[in-house]
Amino acid sequence: MEHAIITQGLCKRYGDTAALDGFDLRVPPGTVCGLLGPNGAGKTTAVRILATLLRFDAGRAVVAGLDVARQAERVRYRIGLVGQRPAVDEALSGRENLVIFGRLFHLGRAPARRRATELLERFGLADAGGAPVRTYSGGMRRRLDLAVGMIRTPSVLFLDEPTTALDPRGRNEVWESVRDLVRAGTTVLLTTQYLDEADQLADRICVLDAGRVVAEGTPDALKARLGGDRIDLVVRDAGDLAAAADRLRRVATADPVVDPDRRAVSAQVDDRAGALTEVLRALDADGVTVADVALRRPTLDEVFLRLTGRPAERVDATVRVPA
Amino acid sequence: MSAATVASPPGRPSLAGDSLTLTCRALAHWRREPGPLAGALAFDILIVLMFAYLFGGALQVPGGGSYREFLMPGMFAMTMLFGISQTTMAVSADAERGVTDRHRSMPVSRLAPLLGRALADMLFAVVTLAVMLLAGLAVGWRAHGGPGDTLAALGLILLLRFALTWVGIYLGLVTNGAGAVTAVQTLEFPLGFLSSAFVAPSTMPAWLGAVAEWNPLSATVGATRELFGNPGWGGEGWIAAYHPLLAVLWPLALVAVFVPLSLRRYRALGG
Repeated sequence: MEHAIITQGLCKRYGDTAALDGFDLRVPPGTVCGLLGPNGAGKTTAVRILATLLRFDAGRAVVAGLDVARQAERVRYRIGLVGQRPAVDEALSGRENLVIFGRLFHLGRAPARRRATELLERFGLADAGGAPVRTYSGGMRRRLDLAVGMIRTPSVLFLDEPTTALDPRGRNEVWESVRDLVRAGTTVLLTTQYLDEADQLADRICVLDAGRVVAEGTPDALKARLGGDRIDLVVRDAGDLAAAADRLRRVATADPVVDPDRRAVSAQVDDRAGALTEVLRALDADGVTVADVALRRPTLDEVFLRLTGRPAERVDATVRVPA
Repeated sequence: MSAATVASPPGRPSLAGDSLTLTCRALAHWRREPGPLAGALAFDILIVLMFAYLFGGALQVPGGGSYREFLMPGMFAMTMLFGISQTTMAVSADAERGVTDRHRSMPVSRLAPLLGRALADMLFAVVTLAVMLLAGLAVGWRAHGGPGDTLAALGLILLLRFALTWVGIYLGLVTNGAGAVTAVQTLEFPLGFLSSAFVAPSTMPAWLGAVAEWNPLSATVGATRELFGNPGWGGEGWIAAYHPLLAVLWPLALVAVFVPLSLRRYRALGG
């Protein structure tokens, strides 16, 4: 099967720093690949190269069967790009934006108008189509941005941190739209800093660090490698902090981390619901008042630090409770 | 989804077509938000009134003649210069908001976004010039040359604007946000005031007068004063005699330098 995106040994340097340093990627058609990594890992550089915006120094890049370096012009007819900030005209209406971008994709006047109507409907913007984008919510802007990226129904769509600065509702709206596109056969390369976003959308995840892929696999396989969820507890009285840490240690798979300033204690657990129930019951019996409790996935920071073999906890902000 | 649109063979990128689409985009912007343009025109008119009535009384035209007659050709060129703020801001805003990246990721002819911008700004320059002509007539300025001379003068003014537009585009591509504002102002003020637009170079210290007479703006101002038959076009520097020729050569030189520079910068944006 021909891959929708192939990169081999892709390198890009800015002066002395390597933004990409032997980046290898293969994305099967009709799937979503999540590129995950901290700021500066090379995610955006990779997307910009594949979207023909940036020249690279070494290696090979193929998108939709076309060589990115030699056939950039033809690649541009097959891709859509949705960058970190909505690249639409705030002053113009959603419809005007779509028609102008449609004309720039060389649709005729009437087809560009027809396509604008179709896309406004498909992205749930039919009612707002005539209003200036300035009046749109963050989620609506992003959806319009996606719609522009879909004007020519690209074979490959690049989404560079598509839900940055969106509220949860906006993120959900964008995720729904992306799922629709993939159902229609588009291949998506998604960069994100949010593990849950990659988890929601991606068939496979590549974790990038310092311009190279340091881990790759399905979300489940990666999570299995990364260890379990975490319980965060906040107690009402600072004096109860040690007792809470002690209770949490009994259900945790690693030493809890205590943050005295926030009166918080946090630990990694395997059996999420079971551990949570047990520790809350025990604290209740001890007479410890819990001000707040959360069960959460490891953050990307924690995931990333573990993958790169560095300590999983930040020592500057927290104090480890002696065992 | 419409299978027809998707299956239609991709049109070739067309410089003319893409440029016109982008000119229309700029016009659509102005239709939706005319405020900044109205503001720019009001500012131009204000400057005319300020120089005509506030400073004008204190300013002498060497060799005699009405200061307002002397002033207006300078004002015409000056508003063409101030117009590039608009150009630089628009180019820089597109780059900053990712619109430029999107255009570059699309099968759009490389020169089109720049040419589209230049065309739109030229349309606005024509409107600006028309408003300035009316303002000039209102404060007592007149063109005394024949219709041919007057048209030639207007042509030279717009030629200057076209050349400056490319300087503005280049500045917009190499700066961003607040940097763009600073860059434009750093260019506009010396270029505008170190010229023969408001005062005759003969009244300046010799070295400053020489700088002012070599200024591209002075070439256009000097040439148009002559074509309009307005006072003060002579000047005593030998270069002043060549102002009509320089009023054509300077803009052509700016275009020859800044169009390729801008295009190269646009192609290489982001490294």
